[in-house]
Amino acid sequence: MADHLLKIRDLRLEGRADETWHPIVNGIDLDLGRGEVLGLIGESGAGKSTLGLAAMGFTRDGVRISGGTVEFDGIDLVNAPLAEKRRLLGKRIAYVAQSAAASFNPAHRIIDQHTEAPVQHGLMSERESEEDAMRLYERLRLPNPDEIGFRYPHQVSGGQLQRAMTAMAMSCRPDLIIFDEPTTALDVTTQIEVLAAIRDIVDQFGTAAIYITHDLAVVAQMADRIKVLLRGDEVEEAPTREMLESPQEDYTRSLWAVRSFERPEKPAPAADAVPVISVRGIDAAYGDTRVLHDVSFDIHEGRTVAVVGESGSGKSTTARCITGLLPPVKGTIRLEGEDLPPDYRRRSKDQLRQVQMIYQMADTALNPRKTVGEILGRPIEFYMGLRGRERRRRVEQLLDEIELPASQFIDRLPSELSGGQKQRVGIARALAAEPRFIICDEVTSALDQLVAEGILKLLARLQDERKLSYMFITHDLATVRAIADEVVVMKDGEVVEQGDKRQMFTPPHHPYTDLLLSSVPEMDPDWLTTLLEERGRENLGDAAIDRMNG
Amino acid sequence: MSAPVGQGDFTSGDTARRKDVPNVFAIILQRLLLGLLTLFVVSIIIFAAVNMLPGDFAQVILGQGATPEATEAIRRDLGLDRPVVLRYFEWLGGALQGDLGRSFAQANFASFVGADAAGGTTVLQQIAPRFANTMFLAGVTAAIAVPFAVGLGILAALYRNTVFDKGTNVFALTSISSPEFFLAYVLILFLAVLNPILPSLSNIYAGMSLGERLERSLLPALTLTLVVTAHMMRMTRAAIINLLASPYIEMARLKGMTPMRVIVRHALPNALAPIINVIAINLAYLITGVVVVEVVFVYPGIGQLFVDAVKTRDIPVVQACCLIFAAAYIVLNLVADILSILSNPRLRHPR
Amino acid sequence: MNVWLWALAALATLLLAAYALRAAGRAATAGAPAFRDMTFAVAFGYVLAAAALAGGVWLWVQPGAVFFRWAVQFFAMATAAAFLFRLAGRHVGTEATRKAFRQMPLTAAFGLLTILLYAVTAIFADILAPYGQSEVVGAVNMLPGGDPATGGDPAHPLGTDQIGRDLMSRLIYGAQNTVGIAFATTCIAFFLGGSLGFLAATIGGWLDNLLARAVDVLMAIPSLIFALLLMTIASAWAGNQQWQLTLYMVIIIAVIDSTRVFRLARAVGQSIVVMDYIEAAKLRGEGLGYLIFREILPNATAPLLAEFGLRFCFVFLTIAALSFLGVGIQPPLADWGTMVRDLAQFINFAAFSPLAAALPLMAAGAIALLTVAVNFVVDWMLHRSSGLKD
Repeated sequence: MADHLLKIRDLRLEGRADETWHPIVNGIDLDLGRGEVLGLIGESGAGKSTLGLAAMGFTRDGVRISGGTVEFDGIDLVNAPLAEKRRLLGKRIAYVAQSAAASFNPAHRIIDQHTEAPVQHGLMSERESEEDAMRLYERLRLPNPDEIGFRYPHQVSGGQLQRAMTAMAMSCRPDLIIFDEPTTALDVTTQIEVLAAIRDIVDQFGTAAIYITHDLAVVAQMADRIKVLLRGDEVEEAPTREMLESPQEDYTRSLWAVRSFERPEKPAPAADAVPVISVRGIDAAYGDTRVLHDVSFDIHEGRTVAVVGESGSGKSTTARCITGLLPPVKGTIRLEGEDLPPDYRRRSKDQLRQVQMIYQMADTALNPRKTVGEILGRPIEFYMGLRGRERRRRVEQLLDEIELPASQFIDRLPSELSGGQKQRVGIARALAAEPRFIICDEVTSALDQLVAEGILKLLARLQDERKLSYMFITHDLATVRAIADEVVVMKDGEVVEQGDKRQMFTPPHHPYTDLLLSSVPEMDPDWLTTLLEERGRENLGDAAIDRMNG
Repeated sequence: MSAPVGQGDFTSGDTARRKDVPNVFAIILQRLLLGLLTLFVVSIIIFAAVNMLPGDFAQVILGQGATPEATEAIRRDLGLDRPVVLRYFEWLGGALQGDLGRSFAQANFASFVGADAAGGTTVLQQIAPRFANTMFLAGVTAAIAVPFAVGLGILAALYRNTVFDKGTNVFALTSISSPEFFLAYVLILFLAVLNPILPSLSNIYAGMSLGERLERSLLPALTLTLVVTAHMMRMTRAAIINLLASPYIEMARLKGMTPMRVIVRHALPNALAPIINVIAINLAYLITGVVVVEVVFVYPGIGQLFVDAVKTRDIPVVQACCLIFAAAYIVLNLVADILSILSNPRLRHPR
Repeated sequence: MNVWLWALAALATLLLAAYALRAAGRAATAGAPAFRDMTFAVAFGYVLAAAALAGGVWLWVQPGAVFFRWAVQFFAMATAAAFLFRLAGRHVGTEATRKAFRQMPLTAAFGLLTILLYAVTAIFADILAPYGQSEVVGAVNMLPGGDPATGGDPAHPLGTDQIGRDLMSRLIYGAQNTVGIAFATTCIAFFLGGSLGFLAATIGGWLDNLLARAVDVLMAIPSLIFALLLMTIASAWAGNQQWQLTLYMVIIIAVIDSTRVFRLARAVGQSIVVMDYIEAAKLRGEGLGYLIFREILPNATAPLLAEFGLRFCFVFLTIAALSFLGVGIQPPLADWGTMVRDLAQFINFAAFSPLAAALPLMAAGAIALLTVAVNFVVDWMLHRSSGLKD
């Protein structure tokens, strides 16, 4: 590693909030050789994006470099004149942003944005650059490479746009590319093709890269070395395989441990048992657009049914039908054998009490102006008629059950809680109604992995103690593995396949289930390579889905 | 629902379905029809409001001491003895053909001298030259205010949180907050009384040279400029700041583009829609401001006519002025709407 | 033509000075980042500011620039008062108010102080004013200044009006009448528009559609024009009852303005109604009253308070404009809009008696000052609430 391309020493970054400067990154060292790929990993708020931009000598408004050095190929980026920095950016250091849809200018065609950097930096003529762009598009396996660049960004799908942005970053053949969570906003099946494309092109041109992500499995595929960040500090750094096999620090080990949580298998329900919730052949529509077609499944007492699928598959709509917010056009929903009125406004108080919901975004699920005590006290008062001291005692019990000390939390506002604590309060609010059935809508997807694991364990314990039934909506198959008894796979508003967990995770599958399962990145650094060999390059993402449908 | 960063596609929910973008012309046609409908309803409101008068016009015209015969004569003269709905459509039909009725002040005089009422001036004859004057004033104002305000707004956005930005913000807030007549008298004080550069009275008449007209209407135009500039500048600033925070602007900077190029090539094409909108909204706002300013400077425009008619309860003139103001307001808002649709690349280049 | 040449020459000089400033800075500091990365536009800005400052100093020493000196003195005093007020606020009061004062910009402190002063003047007008508002106390058209040598009277420091009423008293009573009426009007507009807006947002469906369409149409008529139209009719209804006309004006402006409040309340309501906690409350089976008053309203206070300030300004300016045009607040009530109209001709005496010319500007300035103050406070509130979201 004698040939240093990027050398960062004791870099300190500060952000401005409430009229004062707060540290974001506290003294990070980083070395990157030519052609090397470094993975930066950490949970939200770890400062990885800010660090990534600082590696380009760039800070956003309200952020400043308060100390340390950034040296790119011998050039001091912290103190270089702006004009000199501009000559490097785009030409020798490029950036790929998280949201391609937002990072392409809506007013210009894709190829005009592509050619801008090479032409303005004086590397190529407009014509040469356009031809080069088409060749890059072809390499990145974009459909119609000669034509796609002449479209406007909004005319191209998210996965394709992300590849077009990678091509744009490559337009000047830079020495270094910063990838800032380039696949986080994509569906798993789309993610694969983008990952494969990025890895190929970085390999081919021998470009050095910093790959920023919060997903360990993704970074394992992409990086030669991994650096783990926690709240602006470095935890450890090691070559990828070494890091995966023998992490040195407790924090790093805990990141791995999440995926090992699994519940013991439960016996199948008796054949004549009445399901707690039974969804029978429902169709639903928003206006004239049909979004659900003939969806049926049962949820038995004390069991968890995971509903999985990608965005737009109809999982959340199914939940809205069950709660009665979106009355189905056709079909019925039964609660313990009795038909529920389709519209929630016609359901009895008791029926409403039996079906509770926990939301994905704990931030919007709790009224920011109410204390925890008020949030939990209301359903107790509303359903049980408890008031005053009795009500308070019950609230304290509930807080106890969700493992938050009542004396500390009862008078706090949601803004004074962490994400995990908010989600626990959300769970307690559902419990306060003493329901039979709870819908959990992506309850862990907005949380960091460690916190998410805590929530999953809590939900499992409560289920065992109270014989609760869960409908668990998720797109994360690791979560499914951890908590589900049965799995329902949805696609385009229909149930593709359903069955108990073991059956679902052992082949043979429905081809879509297969695609979904195999697309979830695994911790094994060879996973992507193996998968690509198995599927063949032409058989990724959209192409695979098209082939399946055709 | 706000999705957290990094969760975009998954969390936006199953409900977020891609909708087909309708044809631009269909949208514009729809807006035009909606504008027309609004104008129609507004005309009903104006007509209905006037018919809420106690008693009827005739009494209003002649006052309390009128003889029953005189009242009856006027009533017949103006057709007030016929049903309301019929009169509405007659009024509307007339208005569409440019016949806005006859001024009461004239009718009153005519019946008083016993002459034929048809000899009096029509409302149209009264309004037409004044309307032209008002348009002239608005035009001069727009010509000064638009480049000034938009330029200032862009500068304030580019150098935001500097002393310059804070200074312009205080200036803008002050002039938004000041009543038009305050600004008018301050300008008169400094530019007409203490330093006699411009005339304080804008008595414009037909046959004046353009230069003289300009000089006479410069002071009211400057007052209106002060009022409108502040709004326009603040809105432009907000629009540009909003735009500069977009990821594609950051991307352009990260591609090493010069600040000038970032502004001209990446920001401006997208800023066009919000800026056009801001301009149209403020020109519409100008309509309200014109009334007070014309009164202060005794400028013979439609606003002054309107205020005089309100004071003398000259109903046909009030109705007509009201309709013209409302129509101008609706048209300007419509133009803003349509221009911002036309400048949206998503609509111009459907999938 | 000469003027244009001069302007061109001045511009060229400034541009040259800017270039020289930057070059000199670079040479003197050996390329420190502040000068090295300075764009030409920024350098030009510095030079322009320096020129403006110099111009101000020049104007200050001109003997004729009485009004300019007054303005600068007023500005300096206002700044000092705001600074002291903020300093006091940082040390007095509860922890929460002290914290608010610590983060407050000077403009907001000035705004708060001004609003407080107006409120005190309005509430205690009867005690503060030396004479009654419609009381004829002296000779007509007495000049201000209180100096008998120039036609004044120490008992009437601001002089008297065209029928001999004390102008200082009328200015003080104006606070009570103009501000009080505007405040009441805004409250009515808020009650009307706010309740309908939240109702529409919560219930949705046809009621929401109907109200929103109706408001769209009403808003298609510019508000001052609509107000003038309705005032014509109201004046016929009121006949010779002046107080009735004032009352009608309050109702008319309140109704017109409630459409704007409706729009905001509906938008704010809609943004809250889509929150999951509202869905949770609906699914619990809560009634409409609970939803609006316990779940939505507490979350809408910040934007509503800001809107109240802006609406107040708007109503206040509309009433002032109507009064100025002679169809607003009716005599014998003293009000600032009418005072401006009555005193306007004194402006022409500015060269002989600056104080007399200042009279109409004082009444108009009293209106402007309050709206500026409210706008400063609202601006700060909006900035703070948007800043907290980041």
